[in-house]
Amino acid sequence: MARRWAGVLRSPLGASAAVLVAAILVLAVLAPLLWTDAATATDTARISQGASAEHWAGTDSLGRDIFARVLVATSLSVRLALAATAIGVVVGLLLGTAPLLVGRRAGRLVTAVVNIAVAFPGLLLALFFAVIFGVGATGALFALGLAIAPAFARLTQTTTARVAGLDYVAAARIAGVGRFRVLFRHVLPNVAEPLVVNATVAAGSALLAFAGLSFLGLGVQPPDYDWGRLLGEGLGAIYLHPAAALAPGVAVVLAGLAFNLFGEALAKVLGERRPLERPVRRTAAEPAPDDSAMLVVEDLRVAFPGVEPVRGVGFAMDRGDAVGIVGESGSGKSLTALAVSRLVDESGEVRAERLSFLGADLRAGPHRRLLGTSLAMVFQDPMTSFNPTMRIGRQLAEVACEHQGLGRAAALDRAVDRLDAVRIPEPARRAAQYPHEFSGGMRQRAMIGMGLMGSPALIVADEPTTALDVTVQRRVLSLLADIRAADDVALLLISHDVTVVEQVCDRVLVMYAGRIVEDLPSAELRSRARHPYTRALLAAVPDMTTDRSLPLAVIPGRPADPAHLPTGCAFAPRCPLADERCTATEPDLVADDAGRRVACWHADIPVEVRA
Amino acid sequence: MTTTALRARTEHAWARFAARRLARLLVSVWVLITAAFLIIHLIPGDPVRAALGPTATPELVAARRAALGLDDPLWQQYVDYLRGLFTGELGTSMTSGLPVSQVLGDRLPATLELALLAFAVAVLVSVPVGLLFAVLTRGGRRRPAELGFTATSIVLAAIPEFLLAVALVWIFGVNLGWLPVAGRDGAASYVLPVLALALAPAAVLARILRVETLAVLRADHVRTARAKRLPDRHVYLRHVLPNSLTAAVTLGGLLLGSMVAGTVLVENVFAWPGLGSTIVSSILAKDYPLVQGIVLVYGVGVLVVNLLVDVALALLDPRSTIREG
Ligand code: SF4
Repeated sequence: MARRWAGVLRSPLGASAAVLVAAILVLAVLAPLLWTDAATATDTARISQGASAEHWAGTDSLGRDIFARVLVATSLSVRLALAATAIGVVVGLLLGTAPLLVGRRAGRLVTAVVNIAVAFPGLLLALFFAVIFGVGATGALFALGLAIAPAFARLTQTTTARVAGLDYVAAARIAGVGRFRVLFRHVLPNVAEPLVVNATVAAGSALLAFAGLSFLGLGVQPPDYDWGRLLGEGLGAIYLHPAAALAPGVAVVLAGLAFNLFGEALAKVLGERRPLERPVRRTAAEPAPDDSAMLVVEDLRVAFPGVEPVRGVGFAMDRGDAVGIVGESGSGKSLTALAVSRLVDESGEVRAERLSFLGADLRAGPHRRLLGTSLAMVFQDPMTSFNPTMRIGRQLAEVACEHQGLGRAAALDRAVDRLDAVRIPEPARRAAQYPHEFSGGMRQRAMIGMGLMGSPALIVADEPTTALDVTVQRRVLSLLADIRAADDVALLLISHDVTVVEQVCDRVLVMYAGRIVEDLPSAELRSRARHPYTRALLAAVPDMTTDRSLPLAVIPGRPADPAHLPTGCAFAPRCPLADERCTATEPDLVADDAGRRVACWHADIPVEVRA
Repeated sequence: MTTTALRARTEHAWARFAARRLARLLVSVWVLITAAFLIIHLIPGDPVRAALGPTATPELVAARRAALGLDDPLWQQYVDYLRGLFTGELGTSMTSGLPVSQVLGDRLPATLELALLAFAVAVLVSVPVGLLFAVLTRGGRRRPAELGFTATSIVLAAIPEFLLAVALVWIFGVNLGWLPVAGRDGAASYVLPVLALALAPAAVLARILRVETLAVLRADHVRTARAKRLPDRHVYLRHVLPNSLTAAVTLGGLLLGSMVAGTVLVENVFAWPGLGSTIVSSILAKDYPLVQGIVLVYGVGVLVVNLLVDVALALLDPRSTIREG
């Protein structure tokens, strides 16, 4: 724990905030000792003067040095802010743990009141209490403390509710451990961290708020002075000498900022680690010739700074073809699909010897119309792949509005028709619904329907059934197969599941470490696969003869890390056949007479021998 | 299910949402009214004596107490107070002798104008700026722009409105002399108060909006929108913005609420003839009936804002009504 706290000092922001907070605290203690004389010495010869070498921030209406007064005021300002925060935290803790301390019913009432109070801005609450406690530093102090309390009560409540539900706390209570003991031993330690973070931030806000109250004349009263009162005095004479108003203003902002930043730095170290940013997709490149095949990919490479997860992939597809790409996660299969569909984010660099679709060079220009109508995408997670704020029908209709020039009504009609085509019952009603009203399988079918808004020549489906349960999986797959059969649509199916690919596709591309290592008809997958990795993938699949009581076979070793590839064959570290040649030189992808391709030095060793 | 049945179900969800929300509003209003009523009774000592000062004769104090009904039993006063509220009768200001309702009527428009204008400015500035910077700096691009944006917004957000007000007075009033720094007289007099009130919330809102937008940009459904090959502008406005706005609306509501409170300070800097300057002067003058009235108005203002935020959220995010209902 102590080490985690120390982590605050390691970030530049946290360190500077900490230094600033420390400096303010030291100043708060020392300033009254050092400069009280200077701050109270009146100099009638120099009344209300501007900044000078002698008086850095000028003098006030009694000729007192304003800079010294600002320094001395640090003490009162900081003490009041800290005291108000302390009151707020203590009262908040008491209110927040009320359900635990005073029993359920009374606790409920407290909770209800806190919930209402939280809805009001702190300053309003502070004004309200200031009326009751009366004008002056003490009144303002309690007013502010009580204004801070509801937020802490809320924080304590939520944390407490979570902790109190935990088994060991319940057990402690059943064991007859007293309420206060439960509170101190079990609840408070859990609330401590967020409490400290929030209290630090609250101290900053209290400092500002107190300055506000004093500025309004409701806080510190003469002859005492804090930053707020100095500011109020200075504002009246701002035309004469602005420094009198600006100096305390700057002090307030600096101090408030220091506490706020320190709180945020604490929060960052102690709390939420945000997930790393995952890039979204897109492409760039240059022109080239066309070809008779519907899709031609040659030497496709995708690189991100420091890694090249796709390293020279080539294949071609014709109308009606069904090609599957299999591989472990990290093999580059999904990225290949995205690169083909031109959806790799700008941070990824996509290059290819050729990348043509229906005769158009995808490396040049966005080809919005062509890709929007002729290439359909189906993504892995149907739960997150629809815009939650838009009705399903509209999301489909957009495609027709954009690319086919249909009006809104006509586009919506087409959307309903397409939903019908993907076997969604009551399509008209469903079109008017939002994504969250659809089940997972139905959303995936709607996604396919979205692809059918145009007249697709190719459907790229990236793990379309991984997020679905088995029966739904089968229906989605058979839907894809039917569409393919009916309209001669080609299908590029990405999956980690060899069985799925085997069932749906007529050709299989096996990818490993960003390259295709084997390419063969799926009918021959079990009988004629030659690459050791393909064999291993197949061996890892349970079939009828697999003893289900045994743990599932896995491929030994770890998948290749695209950032650290070995020289030679990337599979060598996991390959039972690997020898010196394998670790020295990477094998090329070589085609045989029948068009089967494999990248392995030992592809000719008969399968039977290996087993 | 037929379309009518569907509509009925949706309407049902809305009705339940409205009923639930209305109940919450009523309870909050009741608590607020009770709190305002209690002000005068929670003050230590005799509020009338406090207001009139130690020099007032006992007869005067007694007469004033009687006029305020302070000698009646507490429940009687509470009932009278509630009855008064329903008839728009909020008592009489102890300093000016005017009906509180009349003072409120005079002062409220100035404050409302200020708050609404500032909110409009904050939204109109922060939404495009937040969205723009999210798009510009997505995926770790343009680090300097991101740094500048974050630093500016943090600093702006950390400066409380009254200090910003003072700084604006100094820059535009004292140094440049471009704009009036006090009173409410003509369009130019609005500029500084509105800016003072709007800048910090705009900074907070823009920052939140950028973070939210970045998260949405990474979302799967935005990739889907890209896969539809919609124009970028269309992707950002229809698929990204509505989703990042939902988060911003919650915060925007909180900001508007605190903006209502911020008017108090800003009005005092600019001598703006609204409720904010009146509440401070009436607190200082111990004019409790007037304080009660203004507390009520501010409180109701905040509650109404919260209600509007909930409705806006329900409209923006179709999941919220149904999930709760
Ligand atoms: S080349 Fe060597 S290491 Fe690579 S798969 Fe073939 S046998 Fe294994």
